[in-house]
Amino acid sequence: MKIDSIKNGIVIDHITAGKAMKIYNLLGLDELNCSVALIKNVSSSKMGKKDIIKIDTDFHVDLDILGYVDPGATVNIIQNEEMVAKKKLELPEKLTNVIKCKNPRCITSTEQELPQIFKLTDKEKKVYRCMYCETAAKE
Amino acid sequence: MRSLIDILELDVTEIKELIDKANDIIANPVKYSEKCRGKKLATLFFEPSTRTRLSFEAAMYELGGNVLGFSEAQSSSAAKGESIADTAKTTSCYADIIAMRHPKEGAPLVAAMNASIPVINAGDGGHNHPTQTLTDLLTIQREKGRLNNLTVGFCGDLKFGRTVHSLINALSRYENIKFVLVSPEELKLPSYVKETLKKNNLEYVQTTDLDSVMPELDILYMTRVQRERFFNEEDYLRLKDSYILRPERLNTAKADLAIMHPLPRVNEISVEIDSDPRACYFKQVLNGKYIRMALILKLLEVE
Ligand SMILES: [Zn+2]
Repeated sequence: MKIDSIKNGIVIDHITAGKAMKIYNLLGLDELNCSVALIKNVSSSKMGKKDIIKIDTDFHVDLDILGYVDPGATVNIIQNEEMVAKKKLELPEKLTNVIKCKNPRCITSTEQELPQIFKLTDKEKKVYRCMYCETAAKE
Repeated sequence: MRSLIDILELDVTEIKELIDKANDIIANPVKYSEKCRGKKLATLFFEPSTRTRLSFEAAMYELGGNVLGFSEAQSSSAAKGESIADTAKTTSCYADIIAMRHPKEGAPLVAAMNASIPVINAGDGGHNHPTQTLTDLLTIQREKGRLNNLTVGFCGDLKFGRTVHSLINALSRYENIKFVLVSPEELKLPSYVKETLKKNNLEYVQTTDLDSVMPELDILYMTRVQRERFFNEEDYLRLKDSYILRPERLNTAKADLAIMHPLPRVNEISVEIDSDPRACYFKQVLNGKYIRMALILKLLEVE
C-alpha cells in the first residue's frame, strides 16, 4: 500500500496501534475537506505496530487532546515536502471539553452548559480529576 | 475577593489565624458585635440543612449583620430552572457574602466562579464541607491546646464520611499526627485518602476493634454507621454494635480524651456519655458558630 507524500501538512506518527480512529474523531478531522490518510498497523522497529495519520493541509492540531489520548505520538510539520518541525507531546495540565465527568452527583450532570474541565492531579499515573467534583476520569 | 470551597485552599498559617480570631471572639464577643453592621449574608440552601444554616445565620447576626436567603430548592429560583451561575450573579447584587449548600458536587465552585462576592461552601453533596473541618480543627485546638503531636482515632463509616476525609487531609499538614482508623471491613477509608497519608509519610493503623486502640487515643472522632451503606440487614445488625460508644468502653480511655462527632447522632454515642467531661460534640456545635464568624470576617476583609 502506498500513500502519497504530502506537500504542506501534518503527519502524526508513532500513534499507539488502534488509537488512530479515536484521535481522528477527537481532533475533528472528519470536518476537513483536504485528503486525510489514516494508516493502521504499520510495522515499526520501535513499536512493533503503530498507526499514522497524514493530513494534507496546514491544520492546527490540538496538542492537549493528542497528548492526553496518546502522549507517545509525534507531530511532524511538513512544508514543501520537507519536515520543518517535530513536536513532542506532554500530558496537558488541563483538559477542556475532551472528556466528560461520569459522576451522577456532579454539578455538570444537571448543568450541561458548564465546560467539562479536568485537571492533571497525578502525572505518573496519568490521573485527571473533574474540576468540580474531583472524580477521577476513567479511560 | 476570595471564596472558600475546599479546606485545602487555606494554608496552616491562615487556619491558625482563623482559630486565633475565633478564640478572640469567644473571649471578647462584644468587641465583634457590630463588625458586620450593614452587611448581608445570603444563605442559599438548595437542600435543607437546618444545623448548618442556623450556624451561619447566628454567626452573621452576632457580628451585627443581616441574613437573607432560602432553605430549600423548591422555594428558590432554581425551581424555575435558573442556573447556579445566574443565581450567583443576581445574589451578588443583593448581598455581601454567600453561604451555599447544594446536593450536587461542585455547585459552590460554579457559584464562586460567577459571583462578584465571596462564596462559602456550606456542603456540596458528599464532597466538601470546609466549615465543618474548621469547626473540628478549632475544637481540637481548644480541647488539646495543639494541632500537632496527637493520636487521632476515627470510628465508624470511614468510606463515605466526607467529614472524616476532609479532617484527615487537613490534619495531614501538622507534625506528628498518628491516625487510628476503626471501621468495619465494608466501610474502610478509601485508598485515595490513604494515598495522601502514605505520600506525606504519616503513620496510620487500620483496625476493626475500637476497644483495642482506645487507650492510645487523644481524640476519638465518631461517625454514624448507616443502615443503607450495607448490602444486607444481617451485616448491619452484626456490625453496628461494635461501633457504638457506651460508657464502659471508655474505662480504658485517657482521662483527657476528646470525643467528637459531626452530629446529628442517631445512636452511635449513648446519651449517658453526654455528661462525661470528655464529650465535646455539643461544644463542637458552638465552636462552629465562632469559626464561621471568624471566616466571614476574613472573607469580608473586616478587621
Ligand atoms: Zn465532576
